[in-house]
Amino acid sequence: MKNFIKLFSFLFLIIILSSQNAFTEEKKKLLNPGWSFKGYFGKFDRASLQRGYQVYTEVCASCHSMKYLSYRNLAEEGGPEFSKEQAKAIAASFEVTDGPNDDGDMFVRPAKLSDKFVGPYQNDKEAMASNGGAYPPDFSVLVKARSGGADYIYSLLLGYEDPPSNVILDDGVYYNKYMYGNMIRMPNPLSDGLIEYNDGTEATEEQMAKDLVTFLAWAAEPHLEARHKIGFKAIIYLIILTILAYFSMKRLWLRIEPKV
Amino acid sequence: MSDQNYVPSSKLGKWFNDRLPLLSLSAHLREYPTPKNLNYWWTFGGILTFCLVAQIITGIVLAMHYVAHTDLAFASVEHIMRDVNYGWLLRYFHANGASMFFLAVYIHIFRSLYYGSYKSPREVIWIIGMIIYFLMMMTAFMGYVLPWGQMSFWAATVITNLFSAVPFVGESITNWLWGGFAVDNPTLTRFYALHYLLPFLIFGLVILHIWALHVPGNNNPIGIELKKPSKDTVPFHPYIVIKDLFALLLFLIVFAFFVFYAPNILGHADNYIEANPMVTPNHIVPEWYLLPFYAILRSVPDKLFGVIAMFASIFVLVILPWLDTSKVKSAIFRPIYKQFYWILVIDVFILGYMGAMPAEGTYLLIARVATTYYFVHFLIILPILGKKEKTLPIPLSITDPVMGVSPNPDMVKKKEIYN
Amino acid sequence: MSDQKKPKRRDFLFTASYAIGAVGIGAAVWPLVDQMNPDKSVKALASTEVDVSLLEPGKSITVLWRGKPVFIKRRTQEEIFEARAVKMDELKHPEKDEDRAKDPEWLVMLGVCTHLGCVPVGDKGDYNGWFCPCHGSHYDTSGRIRKGPAPTNLEVPKYEFINSNTIKIG
Repeated sequence: MKNFIKLFSFLFLIIILSSQNAFTEEKKKLLNPGWSFKGYFGKFDRASLQRGYQVYTEVCASCHSMKYLSYRNLAEEGGPEFSKEQAKAIAASFEVTDGPNDDGDMFVRPAKLSDKFVGPYQNDKEAMASNGGAYPPDFSVLVKARSGGADYIYSLLLGYEDPPSNVILDDGVYYNKYMYGNMIRMPNPLSDGLIEYNDGTEATEEQMAKDLVTFLAWAAEPHLEARHKIGFKAIIYLIILTILAYFSMKRLWLRIEPKV
Repeated sequence: MSDQNYVPSSKLGKWFNDRLPLLSLSAHLREYPTPKNLNYWWTFGGILTFCLVAQIITGIVLAMHYVAHTDLAFASVEHIMRDVNYGWLLRYFHANGASMFFLAVYIHIFRSLYYGSYKSPREVIWIIGMIIYFLMMMTAFMGYVLPWGQMSFWAATVITNLFSAVPFVGESITNWLWGGFAVDNPTLTRFYALHYLLPFLIFGLVILHIWALHVPGNNNPIGIELKKPSKDTVPFHPYIVIKDLFALLLFLIVFAFFVFYAPNILGHADNYIEANPMVTPNHIVPEWYLLPFYAILRSVPDKLFGVIAMFASIFVLVILPWLDTSKVKSAIFRPIYKQFYWILVIDVFILGYMGAMPAEGTYLLIARVATTYYFVHFLIILPILGKKEKTLPIPLSITDPVMGVSPNPDMVKKKEIYN
Repeated sequence: MSDQKKPKRRDFLFTASYAIGAVGIGAAVWPLVDQMNPDKSVKALASTEVDVSLLEPGKSITVLWRGKPVFIKRRTQEEIFEARAVKMDELKHPEKDEDRAKDPEWLVMLGVCTHLGCVPVGDKGDYNGWFCPCHGSHYDTSGRIRKGPAPTNLEVPKYEFINSNTIKIG
């Protein structure tokens, strides 16, 4: 029994270690501001999510789409939890093309809760053409699509630096110490006081980066809170049942091996 | 078998059983005499059955929402994750379930290697098992392609390109596999069809696997053939059932930890980027359970021979019952084999690690040594060792008093340590 | 421990294990069942708005709502009169026309036959209303079942006039 558990945990350790080793080509230690959504009981900070949405719309949305999110998500449980009216108002401030109507024409109308986030470009080609050939990645699952996740994106946002003297940058390329290859096409998007938060929080670079990344982490994993909650219950339940099964087993085997 | 004369107590039962002997089958399964000294490594058969059924159920459910089209596959997976009721749970269960399945199957295989369960009279069980294992790899690979992320696309490209190594007809084969000139929509839809089909094939083979097992009965840690039923055996139900259930629950705790708290740790971040045939990710690696084979493939400098080496590494397992010449099954009584067994385990771990590393410099060198050793173990060490090794005296039964072994399985294990 | 007590404790342990195990299986099955229920994106499309400003009296349009056709009919005075003149005891499923059409000129109802779900055809049948081609159910100018196998009247969905030109269904 003891051997069994020992070997079990040993195997898992190896799997986890090897997979992590394999997948992170670590260069710089990533920054970590302390995320509220990490850990077994991790939850999103609602105020931070709402501010993060503001950063996204006012700073990022001019280039980066979020095509898998809908405006209704903003009012859903476990997310920024804007009120339904707020979410409706947010949606209505965007225009979507709908149609064809009965005359066969496409028409423009204000977005509804059921609509997907309106992106800045018609298609990927336009996005690339407008950004000097670099495609601004979609934000919907970005946190899960980068090794290092939230920490990586947070670090990247704060990782702009003057290039070392031996590095010569082309026009429209910037130096970022956390970026793969250190070259990035996106100019430093954040600066202190760039936006004015609706809730009066001071918009420092770190604050905006943290709020935005929190928002992106939720966007990538909108059911994270439910997952943590259900997971805790499931594991407690399994442990109880395992204990019961263990004693049932001992009792049953007494019939065979009275001395055990 | 002991229960062939089973007669149902009720009249209706007897009437039905005469026409379709399901009740006899159920009685056989309940009373199936199982060695009572089976340790926890033997519970993985039951765990694997659970894994297969769970994968099939969650898979069918996911198929109700998934769309097999290159334009929609990625979006439909996001739809499952975001909108479908409990979709995130079902998908994470299915994705991590594949890893759990392989974890269990590796333990199951290595248990068989340690206790010599592949030897006469159980060769057919072993060979069916190897076919199941091969089909599992195919199924897992095709399933990995379905979300149509970057890793999906490039895994499909790399693996299907293996067949281009075939002389003369390589290109025709790959074009046939793809249904085009590269991995594209026709490839995705056929992978989806096969990914749905193969698990049922596996299920059928599992029934044969168990059937073949029930002819000679289970091997056991001592590795001797037992008289069944006897004082060395217990009925499968309830004694083995409850033990399997207990082990399954422990396994499920680990499983749940992955599903709920680290659902993406065994996956690769790049697979959350939609497939793009224009850009290859910087570092492509298969899922962890295929890494040893990937290392073998890459350690051979020739394309064709690399592919041959990879398939050969599975094939040596298929013919293992005839490579291992020792008449003694359990490693408990084979002191030298035991050493080599652990070296092989370490060798496979090294291969797995090298499979995840870039194929260059020292990594490549180590991978080559490990690959060579893998084949040496099966093709040279095992045949010779079986003839030369001086084995320890084997008890005549589990409860054999001559050996001073108590009927308690734990005591048997202790004895192993003394040896 | 006496011999009589032992089996009792054993029973309790096994019963508890079975009971708790059954609860767990139930909880595990629920996600597998619930995944087939309408998902969030489907629920979000639960209402639709229709512009009816161009509809002439006597004409109807069919719009799609929640994947089903909805008939919007602007009734003529004769049709309204006909619908309101029917006595309740002549009806298989008695409902007043006043209750079915808030504004007598406008009749809004699901175009799904209450028999087995076919779409009835307009301006047909023995009662100048709708007629279901599948199994021959006749509906009157208020969409009430008058003849044939259908058990109930055509269903009136929840709807409202947002303004004089637009109906919001759902």
